[in-house]
Amino acid sequence: MLHTFVAYVEDKPGVLTRVASLFRRLNINIISLAVGHSERPGISRMTIVCDAPDQAADRIRASLYKLDDVVDVDDIAKAPNVTRELALIKVAANAHNRSHIFELAEVFRARIVDLAPESLMIEITGVESKIEGLIQVLNETEDRVLEVCRSGKMTMRRGKHSTGVLRAMGAGEPDIPKPGNLPLENGPDNFADNI
Amino acid sequence: MSNHDEKENNAHLTTPTRLTGSEIVWATLVGEGVTEVFGYPGGAILPIYDALRKFPIHHILVRHEQGAAHMADGYARASGKVGVAMATSGPGATNLVTGIATAMMDSIPMVCITGQVPSKVLGTDAFQEIDITGITLPITKHNFLITRTQDIAPAIRQAFQIAKSGRPGPVLVDITKDAQQSAAIFDFAAAKPAPYEPHPMLSVMGTHLREAADLIRTAKRPVILAGHGILQSNAGEQIRTLAERMQIPVGTTLLGLGSFPASHPLNMGMMGMHGESWVNHAIQEADLLIACGMRFDDRVIGTPSTYSPNSKKIHIEIDPAEINKNIKADVALVGDLRNVLEQLLPLLPGRDGSAWLNTIAASKGTAAVRDIKNLPDSGHLYAAHVMHDLWRITEGRAIVSTDVGQHQMWEAQYYRHDYPRTLITSGGLGTMGFALPSGIGAKVACPDKEVWVIAGDGGFQMTAAELATIVQEKLNVNIAIINNGYLGMVRQWQEFFYEKNYESTPLVSPDFVKLADAHGIPGLAVRTRAELESAVQTARSHNGAFLLNFLVEQEDSVYPMIPAGSALHEMIRRPDNPLVEKPQD
Repeated sequence: MLHTFVAYVEDKPGVLTRVASLFRRLNINIISLAVGHSERPGISRMTIVCDAPDQAADRIRASLYKLDDVVDVDDIAKAPNVTRELALIKVAANAHNRSHIFELAEVFRARIVDLAPESLMIEITGVESKIEGLIQVLNETEDRVLEVCRSGKMTMRRGKHSTGVLRAMGAGEPDIPKPGNLPLENGPDNFADNI
Repeated sequence: MSNHDEKENNAHLTTPTRLTGSEIVWATLVGEGVTEVFGYPGGAILPIYDALRKFPIHHILVRHEQGAAHMADGYARASGKVGVAMATSGPGATNLVTGIATAMMDSIPMVCITGQVPSKVLGTDAFQEIDITGITLPITKHNFLITRTQDIAPAIRQAFQIAKSGRPGPVLVDITKDAQQSAAIFDFAAAKPAPYEPHPMLSVMGTHLREAADLIRTAKRPVILAGHGILQSNAGEQIRTLAERMQIPVGTTLLGLGSFPASHPLNMGMMGMHGESWVNHAIQEADLLIACGMRFDDRVIGTPSTYSPNSKKIHIEIDPAEINKNIKADVALVGDLRNVLEQLLPLLPGRDGSAWLNTIAASKGTAAVRDIKNLPDSGHLYAAHVMHDLWRITEGRAIVSTDVGQHQMWEAQYYRHDYPRTLITSGGLGTMGFALPSGIGAKVACPDKEVWVIAGDGGFQMTAAELATIVQEKLNVNIAIINNGYLGMVRQWQEFFYEKNYESTPLVSPDFVKLADAHGIPGLAVRTRAELESAVQTARSHNGAFLLNFLVEQEDSVYPMIPAGSALHEMIRRPDNPLVEKPQD
């Protein structure tokens, strides 16, 4: 099954290798990996989607924590979240068939961001299935998709239920879960509850 | 200024001082309390070696960098301190790899410092350049590539903290030559890393403590599994209190030997593939396992699906990634073992365990594992005799380092470890060639303790060059070679599982006594049990290293044995008609 982890890591050379190497060692395939700056200076945020056995999530999270450059890990697949992906799609198009691609883009709330005599480029953000849908429709209408560039999934917990916010709110005390403060599942302190 | 004065002056660099990178390396090590370093110089680390004369650290020159890593490892295991190994770039660094991997598998705190080519040629395949941080990525707890002088002290200080905190492990610091040669302000206090904070998964929850206590109080057939973590967190006293107060029998892992006194009435002995039959039976029949600082290694559990099928499991472990890895825990207490036990013990007032203890005692009485040492002297020498007599003669007080194989298992079975940190052995990686260098490291760490290196004839030849290190350092290390003319454990597997096809296991060896003699180390060959005691006493009374070549029964096997992939109770026992009863030829 698919698991989604968010890892806050120090912005240093070799960190990506360490994280990727961990999944390699556990013989787990990374489906998508998106990295960028986070709200904290010097700390990058990784969203890692991987295909692993159901019960492996705790161990992956614990193993990520063992890496010295990893500051924080959140497993958010089951929590209410917002997930987005960005894709750039270059499609073969000339003056004769442009207009129906424009129409398609509008239906998918995508944007045309580049136009050339023989091609155009579509920018689309959304959940994975929406992006897959656009690509599928383009293929079915026999528009030639020349290039696809996808960012990989980016995920964030809804509302206040992010690990960083929880820690800032002082919910880190191990023993007594404060109702309403702790995430319902997979939070940092109820690891042992999940086993 | 003489060398000596300079060393004194650099012993306590308390105020910020401008130093070269090389001097910063040593000054930081001095500040971390390091007094000995094991290493081998070379081009890319020469500036560091050049600066050594100014600092009060003793450098032990090894014969191969693998030896340096194993010595640092043995030093750490014997003393509980962080071992330090040093090597130059390229082949020097890659030679450390086996030793680093050994330390990683057994969670040994170690810091390796390697030289690297100058930063301006990094990535150009310069002479003796190797990406050692890349190579050691999966076998270090963390590693650093340092290219700026001002980063050296913080990196080394952090390396020490990472190496010894949480679940200990090896850390490598790779320093480019230009960083060694340039100068920067050294301020030991300012380079202090942020205090170690266990990450949020390292928390013992009160509810789980109470659950664990309830399980322990109500269990009918509990067993404590005592692992390496007891030694790592100095929890010997707490584990003893737990066992005695709750009357729970204790089985130990290989690396847990010595964590609970072997002679203690509640100690059942070693568990696992070559463990005592009654321990494995007790584990299989238990209704509660209390796993303390151990990781349910496959050599300990046999097949996971058949392991102790009717028991609840309490797993007390510092590394959350070990929970549920091989065996599912019913209650997991994640944290430092001593800390967890100190919180758990007040919840455990006492318990009557006599019925269960009597059952185990009965099973112990009928088992015949140790018979071999009690049989009348047939003129043959068995490795078991050597181990038993070494234990008896040294009163179990010696530090013993072993290689990997049959002799290692016989040592674990017949040398009774009453004291912590008396067994130095490669458990997880199973590194042949480990005994001699790790024994040297142990002797350097504990010069007042008697040290015995017990090696097989195969493993000994992997690192035998370190005999010269013993002589150069004038170390009083006794060496026992258990010589059966085979790669013994491999031969045993061939005997049991490959129809006695002894392919590539018969071993032609040099005359080890002459080999020792060539190094200036006296030695004796021992062929019978009658010669055993006087030979051991000769070695012990000799002032300096001594080698004993024990020519033991060639086709003896380690019993009992659980074949890989079998359940814990499905063991191969010593045949009814043991080799000792064969007529003498």
